[in-house]
Amino acid sequence: MNNIDRTMLQAVADLHETPQGAYNIRKNGEGIERRSSANITIEPKQDKPGIDITVKPGTKNESVHIPVIITETGVDDLTYNDFYIGDDSDVVIVAGCGIHNSGDKKSEHDGIHRFFIGKNARIKYVEKHYGQGEGTGERVLNPVTEIYMDENSYCEMESVQIKGVDSTKRDTVAKLEKGASLVILEKLMTHGDQIAHSDMVIELNGEDASAQIISRSVAKDTSQQVFYPRAVGNAKCRAHVQCDSIIMDEAKIRSIPEIAANHFEANIVHEAAIGRINNDQLLKLQTMGKTPEEAEEIIINCFLK
Amino acid sequence: MLELKNISFNVADEKGEKDIIKDISLTLEDGKFLVITGPNGGGKSTLAKLIMGIEQPTGGQILWNGQDITNMSITDRARLGIGYAFQHPPRFKGLSVRDLLSLAHGSDLPEDQCCAYLTHVGLCSKDYLNRQVDSSLSGGEIKRIEIATLMARDLQLAIYDEPEAGIDLWSFNMLVESFKGISKTRKESMIIISHQERIMKIADEIAIVADGVVKKIGPQSEIFPELMAEFNSNTCTFR
Repeated sequence: MNNIDRTMLQAVADLHETPQGAYNIRKNGEGIERRSSANITIEPKQDKPGIDITVKPGTKNESVHIPVIITETGVDDLTYNDFYIGDDSDVVIVAGCGIHNSGDKKSEHDGIHRFFIGKNARIKYVEKHYGQGEGTGERVLNPVTEIYMDENSYCEMESVQIKGVDSTKRDTVAKLEKGASLVILEKLMTHGDQIAHSDMVIELNGEDASAQIISRSVAKDTSQQVFYPRAVGNAKCRAHVQCDSIIMDEAKIRSIPEIAANHFEANIVHEAAIGRINNDQLLKLQTMGKTPEEAEEIIINCFLK
Repeated sequence: MLELKNISFNVADEKGEKDIIKDISLTLEDGKFLVITGPNGGGKSTLAKLIMGIEQPTGGQILWNGQDITNMSITDRARLGIGYAFQHPPRFKGLSVRDLLSLAHGSDLPEDQCCAYLTHVGLCSKDYLNRQVDSSLSGGEIKRIEIATLMARDLQLAIYDEPEAGIDLWSFNMLVESFKGISKTRKESMIIISHQERIMKIADEIAIVADGVVKKIGPQSEIFPELMAEFNSNTCTFR
Protein backbone atom coordinates (compact mmCIF):
# COMPACT_ATOMS: atom_id res chain seq x y z
CA MET A 1 0.00 0.00 0.00
CA ASN A 2 1.26 3.48 -0.80
CA ASN A 3 0.58 6.90 0.72
CA ILE A 4 -2.45 7.60 -1.46
CA ASP A 5 -3.97 4.26 -0.43
CA ARG A 6 -3.38 5.06 3.21
CA THR A 7 -4.90 8.58 2.89
CA MET A 8 -7.98 7.14 1.23
CA LEU A 9 -8.39 4.39 3.83
CA GLN A 10 -8.13 6.93 6.59
CA ALA A 11 -10.71 9.19 4.93
CA VAL A 12 -13.31 6.49 4.31
CA ALA A 13 -12.78 4.06 7.18
CA ASP A 14 -10.68 5.91 9.80
CA LEU A 15 -8.06 3.23 9.30
CA HIS A 16 -4.48 4.04 10.19
CA GLU A 17 -3.24 0.48 10.10
CA THR A 18 -4.54 -3.04 9.54
CA PRO A 19 -7.93 -3.17 11.26
CA GLN A 20 -8.78 -5.38 14.19
CA GLY A 21 -11.13 -8.24 13.43
CA ALA A 22 -12.42 -9.26 10.03
CA TYR A 23 -11.70 -7.11 7.02
CA ASN A 24 -11.59 -6.95 3.25
CA ILE A 25 -9.80 -4.23 1.31
CA ARG A 26 -10.74 -3.82 -2.33
CA LYS A 27 -8.57 -1.74 -4.65
CA ASN A 28 -9.22 -0.91 -8.31
CA GLY A 29 -11.79 -3.68 -8.68
CA GLU A 30 -9.93 -6.47 -6.89
CA GLY A 31 -9.71 -7.71 -3.33
CA ILE A 32 -6.15 -7.11 -2.13
CA GLU A 33 -6.32 -8.09 1.53
CA ARG A 34 -8.84 -10.20 3.40
CA ARG A 35 -9.10 -11.74 6.84
CA SER A 36 -11.90 -13.62 8.58
CA SER A 37 -12.18 -13.92 12.33
CA ALA A 38 -13.44 -16.80 14.47
CA ASN A 39 -17.00 -15.46 14.34
CA ILE A 40 -17.05 -13.50 11.10
CA THR A 41 -16.19 -15.08 7.79
CA ILE A 42 -15.59 -13.24 4.55
CA GLU A 43 -15.78 -15.31 1.36
CA PRO A 44 -15.52 -14.13 -2.24
CA LYS A 45 -18.61 -14.75 -4.36
CA GLN A 46 -18.26 -17.43 -7.01
CA ASP A 47 -20.74 -16.14 -9.58
CA LYS A 48 -20.06 -12.40 -9.56
CA PRO A 49 -17.72 -9.82 -8.07
CA GLY A 50 -18.16 -9.27 -4.34
CA ILE A 51 -18.08 -10.98 -0.98
CA ASP A 52 -20.36 -12.77 1.47
CA ILE A 53 -19.90 -11.68 5.06
CA THR A 54 -21.37 -14.08 7.59
CA VAL A 55 -21.63 -13.18 11.26
CA LYS A 56 -22.24 -16.16 13.57
CA PRO A 57 -25.29 -15.94 15.83
CA GLY A 58 -24.46 -14.42 19.21
CA THR A 59 -21.30 -12.60 18.04
CA LYS A 60 -20.87 -9.51 20.21
CA ASN A 61 -18.73 -6.39 20.05
CA GLU A 62 -16.87 -7.29 16.87
CA SER A 63 -16.28 -5.19 13.80
CA VAL A 64 -15.95 -5.71 10.05
CA HIS A 65 -14.12 -3.28 7.78
CA ILE A 66 -14.68 -3.49 4.04
CA PRO A 67 -13.27 -0.33 2.48
CA VAL A 68 -12.93 0.16 -1.26
CA ILE A 69 -10.35 2.39 -2.88
CA ILE A 70 -9.94 3.38 -6.49
CA THR A 71 -6.69 5.06 -7.43
CA GLU A 72 -6.67 4.61 -11.20
CA THR A 73 -8.53 6.57 -13.82
CA GLY A 74 -11.10 4.83 -16.01
CA VAL A 75 -12.06 2.13 -13.47
CA ASP A 76 -15.66 0.92 -13.53
CA ASP A 77 -16.08 -1.20 -10.44
CA LEU A 78 -19.27 -3.06 -9.55
CA THR A 79 -19.40 -5.21 -6.45
CA TYR A 80 -22.09 -7.21 -4.64
CA ASN A 81 -21.61 -7.55 -0.91
CA ASP A 82 -24.07 -9.59 1.15
CA PHE A 83 -24.12 -9.49 4.95
CA TYR A 84 -25.72 -12.34 6.85
CA ILE A 85 -26.02 -11.17 10.45
CA GLY A 86 -26.79 -14.03 12.84
CA ASP A 87 -29.49 -13.82 15.51
CA ASP A 88 -28.59 -12.03 18.76
CA SER A 89 -25.33 -10.64 17.44
CA ASP A 90 -24.08 -7.06 17.87
CA VAL A 91 -21.50 -5.82 15.35
CA VAL A 92 -20.13 -2.69 13.73
CA ILE A 93 -19.62 -2.66 9.96
CA VAL A 94 -17.46 0.02 8.39
CA ALA A 95 -17.65 0.31 4.62
CA GLY A 96 -16.85 3.31 2.46
CA CYS A 97 -15.25 4.16 -0.82
CA GLY A 98 -12.56 6.62 -1.77
CA ILE A 99 -11.71 7.54 -5.35
CA HIS A 100 -8.44 9.22 -6.23
CA ASN A 101 -8.72 10.12 -9.88
CA SER A 102 -5.72 11.87 -11.35
CA GLY A 103 -6.60 11.11 -14.98
CA ASP A 104 -9.17 12.31 -17.48
CA LYS A 105 -11.44 9.26 -17.55
CA LYS A 106 -14.40 8.56 -15.29
CA SER A 107 -13.82 6.29 -12.29
CA GLU A 108 -16.89 4.72 -10.78
CA HIS A 109 -17.71 2.39 -7.91
CA ASP A 110 -21.18 0.90 -7.52
CA GLY A 111 -21.50 -1.07 -4.30
CA ILE A 112 -24.62 -3.22 -4.01
CA HIS A 113 -24.97 -4.05 -0.32
CA ARG A 114 -27.61 -6.37 1.10
CA PHE A 115 -28.07 -6.88 4.82
CA PHE A 116 -30.01 -9.82 6.23
CA ILE A 117 -30.27 -9.01 9.93
CA GLY A 118 -31.36 -11.87 12.19
CA LYS A 119 -33.73 -11.83 15.14
CA ASN A 120 -32.65 -9.54 18.01
CA ALA A 121 -29.40 -8.70 16.19
CA ARG A 122 -27.96 -5.18 16.24
CA ILE A 123 -25.70 -3.57 13.70
CA LYS A 124 -24.14 -0.20 13.20
CA TYR A 125 -23.23 0.38 9.57
CA VAL A 126 -21.01 3.31 8.67
CA GLU A 127 -20.38 4.25 5.05
CA LYS A 128 -18.21 7.18 4.00
CA HIS A 129 -17.66 8.41 0.48
CA TYR A 130 -14.77 10.59 -0.51
CA GLY A 131 -13.13 11.77 -3.71
CA GLN A 132 -9.87 13.49 -4.54
CA GLY A 133 -7.31 13.78 -7.30
CA GLU A 134 -6.19 16.50 -9.66
CA GLY A 135 -7.55 14.85 -12.84
CA THR A 136 -10.54 15.98 -14.86
CA GLY A 137 -12.06 12.48 -14.85
CA GLU A 138 -15.35 12.22 -12.99
CA ARG A 139 -15.56 10.46 -9.61
CA VAL A 140 -18.85 8.61 -9.42
CA LEU A 141 -20.36 6.54 -6.60
CA ASN A 142 -23.74 4.86 -6.91
CA PRO A 143 -24.43 2.76 -3.84
CA VAL A 144 -27.44 0.49 -3.46
CA THR A 145 -28.32 -0.64 0.06
CA GLU A 146 -30.99 -3.21 0.88
CA ILE A 147 -31.75 -3.93 4.51
CA TYR A 148 -33.96 -6.85 5.57
CA MET A 149 -34.66 -6.73 9.27
CA ASP A 150 -36.03 -9.73 11.18
CA GLU A 151 -38.00 -9.49 14.42
CA ASN A 152 -36.68 -7.09 17.07
CA SER A 153 -33.50 -6.37 15.17
CA TYR A 154 -31.84 -2.95 15.22
CA CYS A 155 -29.88 -1.21 12.48
CA GLU A 156 -28.20 2.16 12.61
CA MET A 157 -26.88 3.30 9.26
CA GLU A 158 -24.72 6.38 8.92
CA SER A 159 -23.78 7.51 5.44
CA VAL A 160 -21.45 10.41 4.94
CA GLN A 161 -20.34 12.10 1.73
CA ILE A 162 -18.54 15.33 2.44
CA LYS A 163 -16.12 15.97 -0.35
CA GLY A 164 -14.96 15.30 -3.86
CA VAL A 165 -17.63 13.03 -5.35
CA ASP A 166 -18.86 14.43 -8.68
CA SER A 167 -21.98 12.40 -9.00
CA THR A 168 -23.84 10.05 -6.70
CA LYS A 169 -27.11 8.19 -7.00
CA ARG A 170 -27.99 6.48 -3.76
CA ASP A 171 -30.76 3.90 -3.47
CA THR A 172 -31.76 2.55 -0.10
CA VAL A 173 -34.50 0.02 0.60
CA ALA A 174 -35.41 -1.36 4.01
CA LYS A 175 -38.06 -3.86 5.09
CA LEU A 176 -38.82 -4.12 8.78
CA GLU A 177 -40.50 -7.02 10.55
CA LYS A 178 -42.16 -7.03 13.97
CA GLY A 179 -40.37 -4.87 16.55
CA ALA A 180 -37.50 -4.01 14.21
CA SER A 181 -35.96 -0.58 14.58
CA LEU A 182 -34.04 1.35 11.94
CA VAL A 183 -32.15 4.63 12.23
CA ILE A 184 -30.68 6.21 9.10
CA LEU A 185 -28.49 9.27 9.33
CA GLU A 186 -27.46 10.67 5.98
CA LYS A 187 -24.94 13.53 5.78
CA LEU A 188 -24.07 15.11 2.50
CA MET A 189 -22.18 18.09 1.21
CA THR A 190 -21.91 18.95 -2.47
CA HIS A 191 -19.81 21.65 -4.10
CA GLY A 192 -18.74 22.73 -7.58
CA ASP A 193 -21.18 21.30 -10.10
CA GLN A 194 -21.70 18.02 -8.26
CA ILE A 195 -24.98 16.14 -8.37
CA ALA A 196 -26.38 13.97 -5.59
CA HIS A 197 -29.61 12.02 -5.65
CA SER A 198 -30.86 9.93 -2.76
CA ASP A 199 -33.90 7.66 -2.98
CA MET A 200 -35.15 5.72 -0.01
CA VAL A 201 -38.06 3.36 0.54
CA ILE A 202 -38.63 2.17 4.09
CA GLU A 203 -41.40 -0.41 4.54
CA LEU A 204 -42.60 -1.01 8.07
CA ASN A 205 -44.31 -4.36 7.75
CA GLY A 206 -44.39 -5.75 11.29
CA GLU A 207 -46.18 -4.60 14.42
CA ASP A 208 -44.24 -2.05 16.48
CA ALA A 209 -41.57 -1.57 13.85
CA SER A 210 -40.01 1.89 13.97
CA ALA A 211 -37.83 3.99 11.72
CA GLN A 212 -36.10 7.33 12.03
CA ILE A 213 -34.61 8.88 8.91
CA ILE A 214 -32.48 12.00 9.36
CA SER A 215 -30.98 13.67 6.35
CA ARG A 216 -28.70 16.69 6.73
CA SER A 217 -27.16 18.32 3.71
CA VAL A 218 -25.29 21.38 2.54
CA ALA A 219 -25.27 22.38 -1.14
CA LYS A 220 -22.67 24.91 -2.29
CA ASP A 221 -21.68 26.56 -5.57
CA THR A 222 -23.82 25.26 -8.47
CA SER A 223 -24.31 21.76 -7.05
CA GLN A 224 -27.67 20.01 -7.06
CA GLN A 225 -29.28 17.63 -4.60
CA VAL A 226 -32.49 15.63 -4.65
CA PHE A 227 -33.85 13.72 -1.64
CA TYR A 228 -36.76 11.38 -1.96
CA PRO A 229 -37.25 9.41 1.26
CA ARG A 230 -40.44 7.39 1.51
CA ALA A 231 -41.80 5.71 4.64
CA VAL A 232 -44.61 3.21 4.23
CA GLY A 233 -46.48 1.92 7.29
CA ASN A 234 -48.14 -1.44 6.67
CA ALA A 235 -48.77 -2.26 10.34
CA LYS A 236 -48.98 -0.58 13.72
CA CYS A 237 -45.67 1.28 13.57
CA ARG A 238 -43.85 4.57 14.04
CA ALA A 239 -41.69 6.45 11.55
CA HIS A 240 -40.16 9.89 11.45
CA VAL A 241 -38.52 11.37 8.36
CA GLN A 242 -36.55 14.59 8.68
CA CYS A 243 -34.74 16.35 5.82
CA ASP A 244 -32.84 19.47 6.69
CA SER A 245 -30.70 21.33 4.16
CA ILE A 246 -28.55 24.44 4.01
CA ILE A 247 -28.50 26.02 0.59
CA MET A 248 -25.71 28.37 -0.55
CA ASP A 249 -24.51 30.21 -3.63
CA GLU A 250 -26.26 29.05 -6.84
CA ALA A 251 -27.08 25.55 -5.60
CA LYS A 252 -30.41 23.77 -6.04
CA ILE A 253 -32.07 21.34 -3.62
CA ARG A 254 -35.27 19.33 -3.96
CA SER A 255 -36.58 17.54 -0.91
CA ILE A 256 -39.61 15.32 -1.33
CA PRO A 257 -40.34 13.32 1.82
CA GLU A 258 -43.31 11.01 1.27
CA ILE A 259 -45.25 9.12 3.90
CA ALA A 260 -47.87 6.46 3.35
CA ALA A 261 -50.03 4.58 5.86
CA ASN A 262 -51.78 1.33 5.01
CA HIS A 263 -52.80 0.59 8.58
CA PHE A 264 -54.92 2.70 10.96
CA GLU A 265 -52.28 2.47 13.72
CA ALA A 266 -49.40 3.57 11.56
CA ASN A 267 -47.98 6.80 12.97
CA ILE A 268 -45.71 8.49 10.43
CA VAL A 269 -44.37 12.03 10.47
CA HIS A 270 -42.22 13.96 8.07
CA GLU A 271 -40.43 17.28 8.27
CA ALA A 272 -38.44 19.00 5.57
CA ALA A 273 -36.64 22.32 5.61
CA ILE A 274 -34.31 24.09 3.19
CA GLY A 275 -32.79 27.43 4.08
CA ARG A 276 -29.73 29.57 3.98
CA ILE A 277 -27.41 30.03 6.96
CA ASN A 278 -29.11 32.21 9.53
CA ASN A 279 -27.55 35.68 9.64
CA ASP A 280 -27.74 35.83 13.44
CA GLN A 281 -25.67 32.64 13.67
CA LEU A 282 -22.95 34.31 11.59
CA LEU A 283 -23.15 37.49 13.67
CA LYS A 284 -23.02 35.58 16.95
CA LEU A 285 -19.81 33.80 15.96
CA GLN A 286 -18.31 37.07 14.73
CA THR A 287 -19.00 38.63 18.14
CA MET A 288 -16.83 35.81 19.49
CA GLY A 289 -13.95 36.90 17.27
CA LYS A 290 -14.45 34.57 14.29
CA THR A 291 -14.24 35.94 10.76
CA PRO A 292 -17.36 35.57 8.57
CA GLU A 293 -15.59 32.75 6.67
CA GLU A 294 -14.64 30.93 9.88
CA ALA A 295 -18.17 31.37 11.19
CA GLU A 296 -19.64 29.80 8.04
CA GLU A 297 -17.30 26.84 8.27
CA ILE A 298 -18.14 26.26 11.95
CA ILE A 299 -21.89 26.35 11.23
CA ILE A 300 -21.61 23.86 8.35
CA ASN A 301 -19.31 21.49 10.23
CA CYS A 302 -21.64 21.43 13.22
CA PHE A 303 -24.69 20.93 11.05
CA LEU A 304 -23.08 17.90 9.40
CA LYS A 305 -21.46 16.54 12.55
CA MET B 1 -12.59 53.40 28.15
CA LEU B 2 -15.45 53.58 25.68
CA GLU B 3 -16.32 56.93 24.13
CA LEU B 4 -19.23 57.62 21.84
CA LYS B 5 -18.86 60.98 20.10
CA ASN B 6 -21.89 62.48 18.35
CA ILE B 7 -23.17 59.12 17.17
CA SER B 8 -26.09 59.15 14.75
CA PHE B 9 -27.86 56.33 12.99
CA ASN B 10 -30.66 56.70 10.51
CA VAL B 11 -32.49 54.34 8.23
CA ALA B 12 -34.31 54.97 5.00
CA ASP B 13 -37.62 53.34 4.16
CA GLU B 14 -40.55 54.13 1.90
CA LYS B 15 -41.63 56.94 4.26
CA GLY B 16 -38.25 58.61 3.99
CA GLU B 17 -35.33 58.81 6.41
CA LYS B 18 -35.81 58.08 10.07
CA ASP B 19 -33.36 59.02 12.80
CA ILE B 20 -32.97 56.12 15.25
CA ILE B 21 -29.99 57.59 17.15
CA LYS B 22 -29.54 61.35 17.23
CA ASP B 23 -26.14 62.74 18.09
CA ILE B 24 -25.46 60.64 21.20
CA SER B 25 -22.25 61.21 23.15
CA LEU B 26 -21.35 59.26 26.25
CA THR B 27 -18.32 57.88 28.04
CA LEU B 28 -17.95 54.64 29.99
CA GLU B 29 -14.92 54.50 32.27
CA ASP B 30 -13.05 51.22 32.70
CA GLY B 31 -14.68 48.77 35.08
CA LYS B 32 -17.98 50.64 35.26
CA PHE B 33 -21.38 48.98 35.03
CA LEU B 34 -23.91 51.01 33.03
CA VAL B 35 -27.57 50.16 32.63
CA ILE B 36 -29.26 51.72 29.61
CA THR B 37 -33.00 51.91 30.03
CA GLY B 38 -35.90 53.70 28.40
CA PRO B 39 -39.07 53.02 26.41
CA ASN B 40 -39.23 50.41 23.65
CA GLY B 41 -38.27 51.78 20.27
CA GLY B 42 -36.13 54.51 21.86
CA GLY B 43 -32.84 53.29 20.34
CA LYS B 44 -31.29 51.28 23.21
CA SER B 45 -30.64 48.07 21.28
CA THR B 46 -29.42 50.01 18.25
CA LEU B 47 -26.90 51.77 20.45
CA ALA B 48 -25.61 48.40 21.73
CA LYS B 49 -25.36 47.10 18.15
CA LEU B 50 -23.45 50.20 17.08
CA ILE B 51 -20.89 49.61 19.85
CA MET B 52 -20.44 45.95 18.80
CA GLY B 53 -20.29 46.86 15.10
CA ILE B 54 -23.43 44.96 14.11
CA GLU B 55 -24.74 48.28 12.80
CA GLN B 56 -22.59 51.08 11.36
CA PRO B 57 -23.30 54.65 12.53
CA THR B 58 -24.24 57.18 9.88
CA GLY B 59 -22.37 59.86 11.80
CA GLY B 60 -19.97 60.28 14.71
CA GLN B 61 -17.11 58.33 16.15
CA ILE B 62 -16.62 55.40 18.53
CA LEU B 63 -13.36 55.23 20.48
CA TRP B 64 -12.22 52.20 22.46
CA ASN B 65 -9.25 52.86 24.73
CA GLY B 66 -8.45 55.85 22.54
CA GLN B 67 -8.53 53.84 19.29
CA ASP B 68 -11.07 54.78 16.61
CA ILE B 69 -13.14 51.63 16.03
CA THR B 70 -15.99 53.31 14.11
CA ASN B 71 -15.29 51.43 10.89
CA MET B 72 -13.87 48.28 12.45
CA SER B 73 -15.53 44.89 11.78
CA ILE B 74 -17.42 42.93 14.45
CA THR B 75 -14.62 40.34 14.43
CA ASP B 76 -11.90 42.91 15.10
CA ARG B 77 -13.91 44.57 17.87
CA ALA B 78 -14.46 41.14 19.43
CA ARG B 79 -10.72 40.55 19.31
CA LEU B 80 -10.21 43.83 21.19
CA GLY B 81 -12.24 42.36 24.05
CA ILE B 82 -15.77 43.56 23.32
CA GLY B 83 -18.55 41.00 23.75
CA TYR B 84 -22.25 41.09 23.06
CA ALA B 85 -25.12 38.94 24.36
CA PHE B 86 -28.04 38.84 21.93
CA GLN B 87 -31.56 39.69 22.97
CA HIS B 88 -32.70 36.68 20.93
CA PRO B 89 -29.71 34.35 20.79
CA PRO B 90 -29.53 32.22 17.65
CA ARG B 91 -29.69 28.44 17.89
CA PHE B 92 -27.25 26.09 16.19
CA LYS B 93 -28.08 22.60 14.97
CA GLY B 94 -25.35 20.14 15.85
CA LEU B 95 -23.52 22.42 18.28
CA SER B 96 -23.39 21.36 21.92
CA VAL B 97 -23.37 23.77 24.84
CA ARG B 98 -19.80 22.70 25.53
CA ASP B 99 -18.82 23.40 21.88
CA LEU B 100 -20.37 26.85 22.09
CA LEU B 101 -18.57 27.72 25.33
CA SER B 102 -15.30 26.46 23.83
CA LEU B 103 -15.84 28.60 20.72
CA ALA B 104 -16.48 31.61 22.94
CA HIS B 105 -13.37 30.87 24.98
CA GLY B 106 -11.25 30.45 21.84
CA SER B 107 -9.97 26.99 22.73
CA ASP B 108 -11.26 23.70 24.06
CA LEU B 109 -12.66 24.34 27.53
CA PRO B 110 -12.15 21.68 30.19
CA GLU B 111 -15.35 20.14 31.51
CA ASP B 112 -14.98 21.57 35.02
CA GLN B 113 -14.60 25.10 33.67
CA CYS B 114 -17.70 24.72 31.44
CA CYS B 115 -19.59 23.44 34.47
CA ALA B 116 -18.46 26.41 36.55
CA TYR B 117 -19.82 28.89 33.98
CA LEU B 118 -23.11 27.02 33.67
CA THR B 119 -23.53 26.77 37.43
CA HIS B 120 -22.89 30.50 37.62
CA VAL B 121 -25.92 31.16 35.40
CA GLY B 122 -28.04 28.73 37.38
CA LEU B 123 -27.98 25.73 35.07
CA CYS B 124 -27.29 22.26 36.39
CA SER B 125 -24.18 21.76 34.32
CA LYS B 126 -24.14 17.99 33.85
CA ASP B 127 -27.55 18.09 32.21
CA TYR B 128 -26.47 20.76 29.76
CA LEU B 129 -22.88 20.15 28.64
CA ASN B 130 -23.81 17.83 25.81
CA ARG B 131 -27.23 19.32 25.02
CA GLN B 132 -27.56 20.81 21.56
CA VAL B 133 -27.97 24.58 21.31
CA ASP B 134 -31.09 24.07 19.19
CA SER B 135 -34.84 24.52 19.54
CA SER B 136 -34.95 21.90 22.31
CA LEU B 137 -33.74 24.59 24.73
CA SER B 138 -36.32 26.88 26.33
CA GLY B 139 -36.12 30.66 26.04
CA GLY B 140 -34.78 30.94 29.60
CA GLU B 141 -32.16 28.25 29.04
CA ILE B 142 -30.79 29.78 25.85
CA LYS B 143 -30.58 33.23 27.45
CA ARG B 144 -28.61 31.88 30.39
CA ILE B 145 -26.29 29.96 28.07
CA GLU B 146 -25.81 33.20 26.13
CA ILE B 147 -24.64 34.91 29.31
CA ALA B 148 -22.30 31.98 30.03
CA THR B 149 -20.72 32.44 26.58
CA LEU B 150 -19.71 35.98 27.60
CA MET B 151 -18.34 34.72 30.91
CA ALA B 152 -16.22 32.16 29.04
CA ARG B 153 -14.45 34.98 27.21
CA ASP B 154 -11.74 37.25 28.46
CA LEU B 155 -13.59 40.52 27.92
CA GLN B 156 -12.90 44.14 28.61
CA LEU B 157 -16.44 45.23 27.77
CA ALA B 158 -19.52 43.00 28.02
CA ILE B 159 -22.77 44.22 26.47
CA TYR B 160 -26.05 42.45 27.31
CA ASP B 161 -29.10 43.35 25.24
CA GLU B 162 -32.21 42.88 27.41
CA PRO B 163 -31.13 39.70 29.15
CA GLU B 164 -34.55 39.51 30.81
CA ALA B 165 -36.53 39.52 27.54
CA GLY B 166 -38.50 36.38 26.84
CA ILE B 167 -37.81 34.52 30.05
CA ASP B 168 -40.09 33.43 32.86
CA LEU B 169 -40.10 34.91 36.34
CA TRP B 170 -38.19 32.03 37.91
CA SER B 171 -35.47 32.26 35.30
CA PHE B 172 -35.39 36.02 35.80
CA ASN B 173 -34.68 35.61 39.51
CA MET B 174 -31.77 33.32 38.63
CA LEU B 175 -30.59 35.86 36.10
CA VAL B 176 -30.53 38.72 38.60
CA GLU B 177 -28.51 36.50 40.93
CA SER B 178 -26.12 35.73 38.04
CA PHE B 179 -25.59 39.42 37.36
CA LYS B 180 -25.09 40.13 41.06
CA GLY B 181 -22.38 37.46 41.03
CA ILE B 182 -20.81 38.78 37.84
CA SER B 183 -20.79 42.39 39.05
CA LYS B 184 -18.97 41.38 42.25
CA THR B 185 -16.17 39.44 40.56
CA ARG B 186 -15.88 41.06 37.15
CA LYS B 187 -13.00 43.22 36.02
CA GLU B 188 -14.52 44.23 32.69
CA SER B 189 -16.82 47.14 31.97
CA MET B 190 -20.43 46.17 31.51
CA ILE B 191 -23.43 47.60 29.68
CA ILE B 192 -26.84 46.05 30.21
CA ILE B 193 -29.90 47.17 28.28
CA SER B 194 -32.72 46.56 30.72
CA HIS B 195 -36.16 47.60 31.90
CA GLN B 196 -35.82 45.82 35.22
CA GLU B 197 -35.42 47.81 38.41
CA ARG B 198 -33.62 44.90 40.10
CA ILE B 199 -30.91 45.09 37.45
CA MET B 200 -30.80 48.91 37.60
CA LYS B 201 -30.30 48.68 41.36
CA ILE B 202 -26.96 46.89 40.98
CA ALA B 203 -25.54 49.28 38.33
CA ASP B 204 -22.96 52.02 38.87
CA GLU B 205 -24.59 54.32 36.33
CA ILE B 206 -27.91 54.58 34.55
CA ALA B 207 -28.59 56.19 31.18
CA ILE B 208 -32.12 56.84 29.99
CA VAL B 209 -32.33 56.62 26.22
CA ALA B 210 -35.57 57.67 24.54
CA ASP B 211 -36.43 58.96 21.10
CA GLY B 212 -32.83 58.42 19.96
CA VAL B 213 -31.18 60.64 22.55
CA VAL B 214 -29.74 60.29 26.07
CA LYS B 215 -32.36 62.00 28.20
CA LYS B 216 -30.43 61.55 31.40
CA ILE B 217 -27.24 59.88 32.55
CA GLY B 218 -25.66 59.75 35.98
CA PRO B 219 -24.82 57.67 39.02
CA GLN B 220 -27.33 54.97 39.92
CA SER B 221 -27.94 56.61 43.32
CA GLU B 222 -29.14 59.74 41.56
CA ILE B 223 -31.04 58.46 38.50
CA PHE B 224 -32.74 55.41 40.00
CA PRO B 225 -34.82 57.30 42.65
CA GLU B 226 -35.86 59.88 40.03
CA LEU B 227 -36.92 57.12 37.69
CA MET B 228 -38.96 55.38 40.38
CA ALA B 229 -40.62 58.66 41.32
CA GLU B 230 -41.58 59.21 37.69
CA PHE B 231 -43.00 55.70 37.39
CA ASN B 232 -45.04 56.25 40.53
CA SER B 233 -46.48 59.52 39.31
CA ASN B 234 -48.75 59.71 36.30
CA THR B 235 -46.37 61.73 34.18
CA CYS B 236 -43.41 60.32 32.40
CA THR B 237 -41.13 63.25 31.76
CA PHE B 238 -38.35 61.40 30.05
CA ARG B 239 -40.47 60.46 27.07
